[in-house]
Amino acid sequence: MTKPPIDDALVAQAAAPTKKTVQMPIGVPGYTLTEESREVPTTEPPVWPINKDLKYVGQSIERYDGQAKVTGRARYTSDVQLPGMLYAKFVNASVPHAKIVSIDTSAAERCPGVRGVHVIQHVLGNAVLRDPALDPVKYPVVRYAGQPVAAVAATTPAMAEEAAALVKVRYDASPFVVDLDKARAPDAPDVFPGAADEEGSAGGGGGPSNVKQTGNIHGPSIHRRGETDQGFKDADVIVEGHYVTQVQTHSALETHGVVADWKPELLTVWASTQGTASVREELAGFFKIPLTQVRVITEFMGGGFGAKFGAGNPGVVAAALSKKTGAPVRLMLDREEEHLSVGNRPSSDQTLRIGAKKDGTITAIHLVAYGTAGCGTGAGCSGPAANLYQSASLHTEENDVFINAGPASAMRAPGHPQGAFALEQTIDDLAVKLGMEPIDLRDKADTHPVRRVERQIVRESDIWKSRNQVAGADQGPIKRGVGLAQSVWYRFVSMNSSAEVRIHKDGSLEVLSGVQDIGSGIKTVMAQILAEQFGVPPSQIAVKIGDTNYAEGPNSGGSVTTLSLTPAVRDAAWQASQKFLADIAPALGTTSDDVVLVDGEVRSRSGKFEPVSFRRAAGKMTTSQIAVQAKRVSDYDPKKYLTYGGVDVAEVEVDTELGRIHVRRVLSVHDCGRPMNPTQVISQINGGIIQGISYTLLENRLLDPVYGLMVNPDLEQYKIVGSREIPDIDVRLVEAYIGQSSTDASGIGEAAGVVSIGAAIGNAVYNAIGVRVRRTPMTPDVVLAALRAPAQGKELA
Amino acid sequence: MKDGIEQPTRLVNIRNISGLHGIRETEQGLTIGPLTTLAEISDHPLIQSQYQILADACGHAATPHIRNMATVGGNLLQRVQCWYYRSSDFQCIRKGKDLCFAFDGLNQYHAIMEYATCPSVAPSSAAVALLGLNASVELSSAKRGKRTVGIRELYVVPDANPTKFTVIEPDELLTAIVIPKPAPGTRSAYQKYGEKESFDWAIADAGVVLEMDGDVCRRAVITMGAASPVVRRSPQAEAALAGKPITQETARAAGKVAVEGAQPLSGNAYKLDLFPVAVYRTILLAAGQRDRDPSAAG
Repeated sequence: MTKPPIDDALVAQAAAPTKKTVQMPIGVPGYTLTEESREVPTTEPPVWPINKDLKYVGQSIERYDGQAKVTGRARYTSDVQLPGMLYAKFVNASVPHAKIVSIDTSAAERCPGVRGVHVIQHVLGNAVLRDPALDPVKYPVVRYAGQPVAAVAATTPAMAEEAAALVKVRYDASPFVVDLDKARAPDAPDVFPGAADEEGSAGGGGGPSNVKQTGNIHGPSIHRRGETDQGFKDADVIVEGHYVTQVQTHSALETHGVVADWKPELLTVWASTQGTASVREELAGFFKIPLTQVRVITEFMGGGFGAKFGAGNPGVVAAALSKKTGAPVRLMLDREEEHLSVGNRPSSDQTLRIGAKKDGTITAIHLVAYGTAGCGTGAGCSGPAANLYQSASLHTEENDVFINAGPASAMRAPGHPQGAFALEQTIDDLAVKLGMEPIDLRDKADTHPVRRVERQIVRESDIWKSRNQVAGADQGPIKRGVGLAQSVWYRFVSMNSSAEVRIHKDGSLEVLSGVQDIGSGIKTVMAQILAEQFGVPPSQIAVKIGDTNYAEGPNSGGSVTTLSLTPAVRDAAWQASQKFLADIAPALGTTSDDVVLVDGEVRSRSGKFEPVSFRRAAGKMTTSQIAVQAKRVSDYDPKKYLTYGGVDVAEVEVDTELGRIHVRRVLSVHDCGRPMNPTQVISQINGGIIQGISYTLLENRLLDPVYGLMVNPDLEQYKIVGSREIPDIDVRLVEAYIGQSSTDASGIGEAAGVVSIGAAIGNAVYNAIGVRVRRTPMTPDVVLAALRAPAQGKELA
Repeated sequence: MKDGIEQPTRLVNIRNISGLHGIRETEQGLTIGPLTTLAEISDHPLIQSQYQILADACGHAATPHIRNMATVGGNLLQRVQCWYYRSSDFQCIRKGKDLCFAFDGLNQYHAIMEYATCPSVAPSSAAVALLGLNASVELSSAKRGKRTVGIRELYVVPDANPTKFTVIEPDELLTAIVIPKPAPGTRSAYQKYGEKESFDWAIADAGVVLEMDGDVCRRAVITMGAASPVVRRSPQAEAALAGKPITQETARAAGKVAVEGAQPLSGNAYKLDLFPVAVYRTILLAAGQRDRDPSAAG
């Protein structure tokens, strides 16, 4: 059989697009603004000026669906009601480690209202044995209390709950361990009978595979740059500290859950997810059906923070029950299940050593970290140590320690709040030892051009000027202090980012993408981009997202959404507008190169016709609709500007008699490329600061040491900040142009304060009382213990 | 009920019995209906001026939203917050079984005194205040009529009977709270400290009633909730103030002896530091020598 000849025309189409050279704004207006040239595809729209010269983009436009959310009109997954819908309830393991001997579902099946019972054969989320033959049992081994075992679907939630309680699970209990230190002991019970790994998710969960595993210790995963032995020899000063952070759960307002409707031709799933695409992918893969046979819808969702990628156990089980019963099935987790089985931020136990020259030049950074991601992996926390400062040498060792607790998942800047808590306090220790101002030391050791500007803003702030020159200088039992810390995050781009723009003959405009709004407000930003292009107010743009039937959208993790999707939206809007002008030019008695769209009007360059409004001009379209789909173009210069971040300053009051810390004020100076909607960016930073304070002072997943059960699986004893813990937060957004795309946006979700506020509080506490608190949460018992026996940073030089 | 501890077959709504609601001034003092909300009590001008300890306690329980709905009767009769007791996974001695899980488990919020059987702590802020005011409650039974018991006697200590939380019998209803008029020269205050300021259970708290004779404290009542399974007075702290002027020194001395004899559990030794501070600062607050602590839970 001979192959047909290749058609030259097809080859030409597939060839690389031609490029043009453009000048782009670079740097921070008012500080470092300049221009750089970029080679970009000729199909790219004209370069936008900086925000002050744009009309809608860069403005604090009201949130597109804010009214729908605050009035309750917004329909979340748990609001979905389908005819004949069943309610499902998990049966969860009541013991932390066991083989399941038998599962008797007969009593549950006989319950009134019960339509189906599903016994789980493949549990998702846990690390997986490299050698599955080591678990030669019928049912998945229970590795944590709360692991889903089975599920029941019934006509009412109460019936489902009643029936779930009647499923009889017989366990063959195994020894267990729920404490990091005990799990590291040589005689600790093994969580897994052999080496096990957890694959990473789109948001950065999971850990390295194929590292050494000794007992429960999965690691070390070692990274080296230069020679730290030499680096410490070259140092004039060495500081070392031991830092311990706890497990935090995501505690999103909306729990995990889906409504699954299995029909032979199409599985439709409403999901509370941060990745409609990831849910579709996992369901298609799990049930071995083509992607075209799965549709996932998420118009609104109530928070994910990294825990809501993929279908997970709830999605897979609800779909299986729907398939089995022939009815739509709703499965929403309760708060206890949410704490136990769908992810958390791993703990950390870090020993960090830093060496430096007298002038503040860092010669060596050495980190040994342990942490537990439960029966998963992903406790690595070396990101800040590896990426925040220039250092002649670096050595990091990361170890996951398995315990019998729910697997971790990605959580807002995975590893970074833990890593920065140790790093940024150690840098402050170094400043004390060197007799340098902490901000001067950072100017020396951190060369990032934007953080340099951010530190300048901090230097000039009242809050920073009010810092004690001598730590612990205040008289009386209540002492005030100020500290700062820096954050770093990375520019991740999801190329699975597309958008479709439609111009209708009545002049209405819509933009569609599969992307979901995790809360950052991407709908608003999409509307702003079309408004900017077509010169109509954003409120007149119809935005449709959260449906895999639309052009593919990115999964929202790693702070990718705005920076990945907005260039595709702008490109689609620009290309649609060009198509539109070419289409209507003949009707206006001219040619396409004579018509332009300015401020919502179609105008003739040569004056051949009077300006006509966009809406009237649309009436001259030759078809009812002009639609253009555009895909994300690669970053213009992907070798540049790979990280961004911010500087956070906290002012605290420490009540030294009660051990209580009150955060009074926070100054948060952050960059995220071109801020597309400042209010929405500031909202994310406010949220990051609040979540970070909550982590630093309060939140703690507590596991009973004797029975291995969580004692505080609610939102009452699992303590989250309330209104009185929230300080005055002053956010200063730094516009930092980097010339990377047609919108030049970056992300903010992860860098937004949550990385650095814990260390800023730690440094402020030190400034207040002259004692370092190296453990979170900084509850009264921890603070009083630190005051009584201050853990001194070891002095090795 | 939501924690699966009680599963009554029948519930009776008493919320619409108007006779159980309201604050009445009498010659002897105050009578408060058990259905009066915490907000109504904390907002009441007379209570704010003469029964400050009660206004403080009711005004700092739970959250503003809950205080607008929750009744003082419900506050007094709430069950303990121990996470083992509240968990359907643990069948403890207070649920009629043999074990207490807190002794070998996690007990950072538990008792430091009088806990031989169960170290859960008294959860009611209102009770700490009412004990300070020497209040009593009226219990009514259709068959047996009315009886009056003191606030302290309302509660059954777990050592005596771990499953019986109050002396209220199944056919009885709490129908009134009776508070005697404070002696002339009385000043009082209550403060509660949590890990959180907004909506948290006390890790330390103190109620203080001072009968002042000029600068000298004639008689003091010092009460605590989060130290022991039922609300308690501290005779040592009271004795430390009696007949003395209220100063930083006398207040601190009283605070110090308030934890005399306390035995911390594995996870709550820090409470031995907290209670003396809660007591001395609340004494100074009652005496008008100190502002309300900004960190006292809201």
